[in-house]
Amino acid sequence: MTDLRCTIAGINSINPFWLASAPPTDKQTNVERAFAAGWGGVVWKTLGENPPVVNVSSRYGVHKDRKNGIIGINNIELISDRPLEVNLREIEQVRKNWPDRVIIGSMMAPIDERAWKELAIKIANSGVHGIELNLGCPHGMCERGMGSAIGQVPDLVEQTTRWVREVVDIPVFTKLTPNITNILVPAEAALRGGAHAVSLINTVNSVISVDLDAMAPTPIVDGKGTHGGYCGAAVKPIALNMVAEIARAQETRGLEISAIGGIETWRDAAEFIALGASALQVCTAAMLYGFRIVEDMNAGLLQFMKQKGYRSIEDFRGLAVPNTVDWNQLNMNFDTKAFIKKDDCIECGRCYIACEDTSHQAISITELGNGRREFTVKNDDCVGCNLCAHVCPVPDCIDMRPVDNGLPPLTWPEHPANTMGVKNS
Amino acid sequence: MVEKPVYPKNGRTLSAAEIDCNFEDLHRPLSAAQAMGAADSCIYCYNAPCVTACPTSIDIPTFIHQIKTGNVNGAAETILSENILGGTCARACPTEILCEQACVRNLNDEPPVQIGSLQRFAVDHLMDQQGAHPFQRAQSSGRTIAVLGAGPAGLACAHRASMLGHDVTIFEAKPKSGGLNEYGLAAYKMVDDFAQREVEFLMGIGGISVRHGQQLGGNLALSDLTDNFDAVFLGVGFTKANPLPLPGCDLQGVENAIDFIASLRQAEKKSSVAVGNNVVVIGGGNTAIDAAIQAKRLGGNSVTLVYRRGEANMSATAWEIELARTNGVVIRLWAAPVAIEGSARAEQMTFNTMSDAGGTYQPTGESFTLPADHVLLAIGQSMNKSGLENLTIDGGKIAVDATGMTSMPGVFAGGDCVKSGDDLTVQAVEDGKQAAIAIDQFLRNKKG
Repeated sequence: MTDLRCTIAGINSINPFWLASAPPTDKQTNVERAFAAGWGGVVWKTLGENPPVVNVSSRYGVHKDRKNGIIGINNIELISDRPLEVNLREIEQVRKNWPDRVIIGSMMAPIDERAWKELAIKIANSGVHGIELNLGCPHGMCERGMGSAIGQVPDLVEQTTRWVREVVDIPVFTKLTPNITNILVPAEAALRGGAHAVSLINTVNSVISVDLDAMAPTPIVDGKGTHGGYCGAAVKPIALNMVAEIARAQETRGLEISAIGGIETWRDAAEFIALGASALQVCTAAMLYGFRIVEDMNAGLLQFMKQKGYRSIEDFRGLAVPNTVDWNQLNMNFDTKAFIKKDDCIECGRCYIACEDTSHQAISITELGNGRREFTVKNDDCVGCNLCAHVCPVPDCIDMRPVDNGLPPLTWPEHPANTMGVKNS
Repeated sequence: MVEKPVYPKNGRTLSAAEIDCNFEDLHRPLSAAQAMGAADSCIYCYNAPCVTACPTSIDIPTFIHQIKTGNVNGAAETILSENILGGTCARACPTEILCEQACVRNLNDEPPVQIGSLQRFAVDHLMDQQGAHPFQRAQSSGRTIAVLGAGPAGLACAHRASMLGHDVTIFEAKPKSGGLNEYGLAAYKMVDDFAQREVEFLMGIGGISVRHGQQLGGNLALSDLTDNFDAVFLGVGFTKANPLPLPGCDLQGVENAIDFIASLRQAEKKSSVAVGNNVVVIGGGNTAIDAAIQAKRLGGNSVTLVYRRGEANMSATAWEIELARTNGVVIRLWAAPVAIEGSARAEQMTFNTMSDAGGTYQPTGESFTLPADHVLLAIGQSMNKSGLENLTIDGGKIAVDATGMTSMPGVFAGGDCVKSGDDLTVQAVEDGKQAAIAIDQFLRNKKG
């Protein structure tokens, strides 16, 4: 029977959908509502040493698409602003109430061995399944030497991971910041420090918009704003790449990944699993639509797996990894051409103007009289870039058809035009 | 909401308040949220068919894109730069046979983008702010232009001519400017005195003065204009209702539909306009439809529109015909009027049933009678030719060349009084605009 059970860092979960450490997991009330809705686990909102932080008002800004839908949230909220003891007692209670659900304790502390170790022990004693190191928060906490201030220094990533490993006997997740140049460097550091898994990505450092009346970045706190952490659908491509890099690099291959970044639907989830993620974390989608969003994540992923004949997450996990390669390994002899299905075309001209102005002038217009017109791809000029197919408003009206040119696969290092002697790495 | 107008029932007459309600906006203006939703369905076509379908060539995809980006005043300027009466056209255009018919969404069996409503949203937004006029005049040319008729053609010509640097004087027979916008469009399409507000907005460009009570062939001669101005534009329209020489057409209760519509437009209280108990409207065009629907909304107990041929022959658009039906107007086809009967007042009307079976339009030999105490004649209008004797007239219209110039050099014409496109407000605006551009060229050439 097909089911959604999964295992990451030795922790079993009824499904791969966990809520990420964030406002939705700040309190027992929220977490129990999430479990009732069907979430497999939560990473409790990051805990720090006492006294708790103080948050500001307001806290969120959004990035909208042209149809006024929110594609990204930027937040300037800090870690849990409730006393550590309150959080730990609630964790214990929820663990009792929901024995089949996973709770991971997220934590951060300044660079001080004792601080990390004492906090890790306290959290572990509350009965959590694992501990996640928040090394990614890009606003506020980093100004106090925590969050991304640690995550951006590979030695500190290794150090903090090792400190926690040394004092707890539960799995340790090191959460990585995307605000670096090469994700493999901190991932390798986490591995050296003994991380059982990495969680990524944390939020992307951002200014989400400028209020042109107040002349200040949003969200505005009494006339001023600050950079914050960007999350939601818009960051998914960044997250997919970083997950894929870790999954396919020689040095980090096999390091388990709890994938985070713009997961809103079962399809997003399946994509991260295909790139090697063992489990997933979600926040923005729940903040936008409520915890019920998990229902279709579960149902849709199950449908997909049934249709494809996958009996478990493990059956398709990482299947896209071997197909994710360096540019130099692409086949230069592969050729594909756009094809416009005349019967489906509504003659809007979007493909034409995109190609004419910004690509290869490979689409022609034939006036048919009576106001009607026909759009045709000029095969000799089409480079197969896909732009027309992407801008076409009619689903499947333009498809890309591979050309059978009879040529064998040829990579750039093998290509006769490669006079600079580029070799396969 | 006028989607559900109130009609008299069981002999009960409508109250003044109910009638007021029946003459509210036919289409409620879009809210900002509705406008964003409507704008979302625009694909932003390249060389869009809707632009080609618009007689004034408004750049529709651009103005809808501007609504989406929040540049609503910019959207209005895009519209008004091609059609200074874009506010009226947004309300009165038969978009179902123009831009919205051409919308590519139709090809996908989807509803077209609500272009007319979006246009109104943008133009109203700009006009409601009552800011500075969005267009500027070019350096003064020192030339003067006389415009005859303050209807859509004349106003559009005057505005464009002023933009091009010429001084314009408009001569108008009626006491108010606007032409059919003020006197001819259905009241529920032009609520809140929109025609006058639009004229005031248009005049905001400056350089245009209007003299009312100036009747060509009456207190004004064409030579008065040609003698005193560098160029003349005639936008005299079709002001004469075609007569229907029937026995009984002089009975009380028989009137021209355009007069009925004009009196409704001018009435302070719509309930002060008389309507019969059994109204019969003769004609198959949009004027007939407008008269019939308004008679119904005014409280006419039974309103029947009678047309001599089939529905396909009616010049009213399918949408207008449907609107009449949903307003409770009975449409009788293939019936030619024979006589209006009554003592002092019209009481009934007799018709011959017609047929075109075998390719010949002829009576079937059957006839019928309808009770009719109020008969509205809407069988077309024609041009009042008086004062135009020195111009070449062709097929009842002023003959013009490709630039809009009449047989008399320096005298141009446009709108319903010339053969251009359809007899629509939007076509008149285009004629006026193009004539102003042609006049500008004419005056520049004359200079040399």
